[in-house]
Amino acid sequence: MGIKLKALLKSPWVFHLSTGSCNNCDIEILDCLTPRFDIERFGMVLVGSIRHADVLLVTGSANRKCIPKIKKLYEQAPKPCLVVAIGECALSRGMFINSYNCPVPVDKIIPVDVYIPGCPPKPEAIIAGIVKLIGKIKK
Amino acid sequence: MKKTIVPIGPYHPLQEEPEFFTLTVEGEKITDIDVAVGYNHRGIEKLSEEKTFDQVPFVVERICGICSTSHPLAYVRAVEDIIPVTVPPRAQFIRTIIAEGERIHSHLLWLGLAGHFLGYNTVYMWAWKLREEILDAMEILSGNRNNYAMFKPGGVRRNIKKEDIPPVIKKIDSIISTLTMLKKAVVDDPVLHARTKGVGILKKEDAISYSALGPTARASGIRRDVRKDSPYEAYDKVEWQIITMQSGDVFDKLVVRVLEIFESIKIIKYCLQNLPDTEIDLNLEDIPPGEGIGHIEAPRGECFHYVRSDGTNRPIRHKVRAPTFMNLPTYKSTIVGQTISDATIILAAIDPCYCCTERIAVLNKKGKRIYSGEGLVRLSQEKTEKIRGQLQ
Repeated sequence: MGIKLKALLKSPWVFHLSTGSCNNCDIEILDCLTPRFDIERFGMVLVGSIRHADVLLVTGSANRKCIPKIKKLYEQAPKPCLVVAIGECALSRGMFINSYNCPVPVDKIIPVDVYIPGCPPKPEAIIAGIVKLIGKIKK
Repeated sequence: MKKTIVPIGPYHPLQEEPEFFTLTVEGEKITDIDVAVGYNHRGIEKLSEEKTFDQVPFVVERICGICSTSHPLAYVRAVEDIIPVTVPPRAQFIRTIIAEGERIHSHLLWLGLAGHFLGYNTVYMWAWKLREEILDAMEILSGNRNNYAMFKPGGVRRNIKKEDIPPVIKKIDSIISTLTMLKKAVVDDPVLHARTKGVGILKKEDAISYSALGPTARASGIRRDVRKDSPYEAYDKVEWQIITMQSGDVFDKLVVRVLEIFESIKIIKYCLQNLPDTEIDLNLEDIPPGEGIGHIEAPRGECFHYVRSDGTNRPIRHKVRAPTFMNLPTYKSTIVGQTISDATIILAAIDPCYCCTERIAVLNKKGKRIYSGEGLVRLSQEKTEKIRGQLQ
């Protein structure tokens, strides 16, 4: 494990990227920050700019207008940048698989490290996913 | 003075959905605004044409995660309008309970986000903590926190068990005292007064000319609510009040939403205590050819669905008009003349939901529209007919 990744594990800062989702996954991510789940006590902070982030949370079935923006944002992220795909849409496009505006799933656009399924995944599932991500890096 | 353009978006910390605002400013003052949407467009109207009448509620549920009751409810009412039928009383009451539960959690969500946009994170944490209790109650009733999947043409999918009613009432009662405290804290807070009173005023004439809907219109003194104007489901059997305020600024929009939560609690409690004992489903079989409309009061305003059937098992046309589509143009009258530091809260004041509002326009390289709306509909219908011809 490189020194950069080791430093990242202590308090991964997350940036949230909605690529045409229905808001549900986004709200569940925000829910993780509120008193009942409160992931901020583990040092996870939602930041306003991709340039401050270590982890990219991607939700939604990437649509045609978003795809160039997703690539651009990933380029702007400081490396190493870990990507977590949240929700059925980001994983496989879910029920929008036949839509004319959702050509490819997110992992065909940028590399994805952890997949969290669910429509929407519960906050517990999102936290479990992040724990798995940290476990994966430690190996 | 020199004009400057401030771009916001499409990915910005202000709202969770991507959208692109162009603010034209002179010094601190905003002189013009333009909104570009389309980052959430998923072609749902087209998708629902390839699903059967029973499958479409699951698709329209995912138009927007916060309005995940309003859209299916408007859709099933549109389908029932084609036949036409009235659902059994128990199904009506269950629909009302779920719809009001959604209104409470949506308003609390907005209240929290509004606090967050003002830099007042205490309100954000408080409101979202209360919201968890409502989500728990909805989980007991429907089995899920957000996408409830309760509606089907002709009734509801899931009955409310007798033993589930007391815990739900207990959960709802438990938030009333905290909510009253939150209401007092929010409504009497001098900081919130300073930030929201007299900010982003939507005058009554403007609200009428822009056809504003829902809490946005009610804060400007317009008594407009589909639940009272053309009662549907169980709303005419329950005692409740329309909340209106007069000045139309951000503070009034906030107060309208907070007070509406109390009305919703009243409706849910009455419905749960007086649940009639009948069937919950009509078991509809065939949908005859024809067209129907369903309009209901979503948390953000009137949600309108139009469905046309040709006698097969799929809708041939499904049109959605979400409330934000009507509320979005009011930015032109609320934000112009305000300072840039107030822009965040004014943009958030209508409780915008861009995933509901998404439309598509095909442009050529000069930025001119290639197809009109009717042209796109015609193209889409021709393609559906072609595919159906191939399938038969």
